[in-house]
Amino acid sequence: MKKPGAGRMVQGLQIVGAVLFFGIPLFGVGPYWLGVLNQVGLYAVLALSLNIILGHAGMFHMGHAAFFAVGAYSTAILNTVCGWSILGALPAAGLAAGLFALLVAAPIIHLRGDYLLMVTIGIVEIVRIALVNDIFGLTGGANGIVGIARPVIFGLRITRPHQFFYLIWAFVALTMLLFHWLENSRFGRALNFIREDPVAAEGVGVNSSRYKLMAFCIGAVWAGFTGALYASQMRTISPGSFNFWESVVLFMIVILGGSGNQKGVLLGAFLVMGLPELFRGLLDRFPGLQDARLLFFGAALVLMMIFRPQGLLPPKGRRYRLPPEVAR
Amino acid sequence: MEVFIQQLTNGLAVGGIYALIALGYTMVYGVLKLINFAHGDLFTLGAYLGFTILVSFGLGGRIGVGPAVALGVMLVMGLSALAGHIMERAAYRPLRKSGRLSAVVSALGVSIFLQNAIMLVWGAKGLAYPADLLPRFVIPIAGQPVPLLRLVVFLTSILVMVGLYAFINRSRVGMAIRASAIDQGAAKLMGIDVRQVIALVFMIGPALGGLAGLMVGVSYGQITFFMGQLYGLKAFTAAIIGGIGNIPGAMIGGLLLGLVEAFGAAYVSVAWKDAITFFVLILILVVRPTGLLPERVAEKL
Repeated sequence: MKKPGAGRMVQGLQIVGAVLFFGIPLFGVGPYWLGVLNQVGLYAVLALSLNIILGHAGMFHMGHAAFFAVGAYSTAILNTVCGWSILGALPAAGLAAGLFALLVAAPIIHLRGDYLLMVTIGIVEIVRIALVNDIFGLTGGANGIVGIARPVIFGLRITRPHQFFYLIWAFVALTMLLFHWLENSRFGRALNFIREDPVAAEGVGVNSSRYKLMAFCIGAVWAGFTGALYASQMRTISPGSFNFWESVVLFMIVILGGSGNQKGVLLGAFLVMGLPELFRGLLDRFPGLQDARLLFFGAALVLMMIFRPQGLLPPKGRRYRLPPEVAR
Repeated sequence: MEVFIQQLTNGLAVGGIYALIALGYTMVYGVLKLINFAHGDLFTLGAYLGFTILVSFGLGGRIGVGPAVALGVMLVMGLSALAGHIMERAAYRPLRKSGRLSAVVSALGVSIFLQNAIMLVWGAKGLAYPADLLPRFVIPIAGQPVPLLRLVVFLTSILVMVGLYAFINRSRVGMAIRASAIDQGAAKLMGIDVRQVIALVFMIGPALGGLAGLMVGVSYGQITFFMGQLYGLKAFTAAIIGGIGNIPGAMIGGLLLGLVEAFGAAYVSVAWKDAITFFVLILILVVRPTGLLPERVAEKL
């Protein structure tokens, strides 16, 4: 048994860590590193939303970039063609991604694991090809859309890296809070039940198709929001940013970090997106090493699955305290 | 008519290549219930090995075109089989008892590893088989000039597939493979060494994939280190169309997909060619998830 004080200390350290993290721009960290952290933040939100689908519902979904793309393109089109502000377009981007998810996922939601994986890869490719082919004459083909506006919040125009840092990481914090609540709700428990034993879940009356579809749509809506942020940060988006490989990266962040655990996913985002940047100086000195980066990455994935398949930080099981009259 | 004949022969040749790759997916899936994501990259490896053997060593100039091609095919198939075997030992065998997701992620890892290994060894730029590697004959079909190579590719793949089908259905080893696919536990009780069967399947599949890679290199010229990704996805689609785990299904699925793609490119739109393939995949999985032929390994999807 751990002492009850130890848990509180870990919690305290985490809060201190979070506060220090949000102070990073004040310590004179350069725009380059803030840019890296912003990228980590965007991927963290995407991976957290994928975590609902892959980690909690246990659906092998490798097409998350498709929903990200729908969100980013909706924002870009609403902004550049219709003149909406970014914050105005944000809910619409989420809605568009969610509706798209509902449309494509409804017929395939019943498919078993690896089949679902292939179909979601197919979806992400179809979306990319549709974007390249300038579907509806709105997406600008292979060049994408340029000149997307910056977000304006309470009259403040967000342009500089440190401003984006606060915007993105506040969004990460909000996401973690909401998803934490979601995970521990009836909904989250139902998803875990479906993941562990779909037959038993159906047996006690959990409508697994409906819950899975809901998980899919929630994840997609969130990816759509992230797409809106991404579009306004980059100001230029093109189909190349939403390919199959992006989906693989997100998938790996969740699996490596620990699917089903928010802290694990966050760690995964830092490792996959941040670590290569940290070693960039070293890598630049040995050009061969730079090219071989992904080679090691692939080998690491295999080794990881052999020696620690549950990820670096696997989720702790749910714990409930017995009601006092039973405990006695 | 002109377009029709050209696309028909083209579709059959491409379809034969898809079918050859699809066989690797379907056989591995049959015995292990695993989608071998790295299979497409073994196909790429075959194309690059073929380039090194036939072009870099200039084998054709030393021992004549015919023997060079025969030797090249054998070497490529053998080396691809070896690579497949090493892959199975290193990345899949330790995971035999783990969950499905672990195996899938490991397969992804192997795929990334292979792709980058190929890039590091042969360069990121891609290579081109010289156009005069093989003599280019053209034969008339219904008044249309059709490159002989297309027919050779198509016939070779058909021949290999028929051979494999006979091997699986007529030989004792083939019987062991079929038994392992249906019920591994029962197969073990009957004295079949399932581990060896799996090892064998992981050599036959990559050998066929490597051959397909060589044929793509010889007939289309251009090869890149990431080409296995798209070919792999399409071949997998072909395996699904035919009912995964089903060997004749993979052949029919491959040919069908090749034709759909060729005619789709000619009559619908070239730019949407790949999207059409994935749309077919989704449609098949939604409407008839077991594929067009009944799935050999009965399992709920």
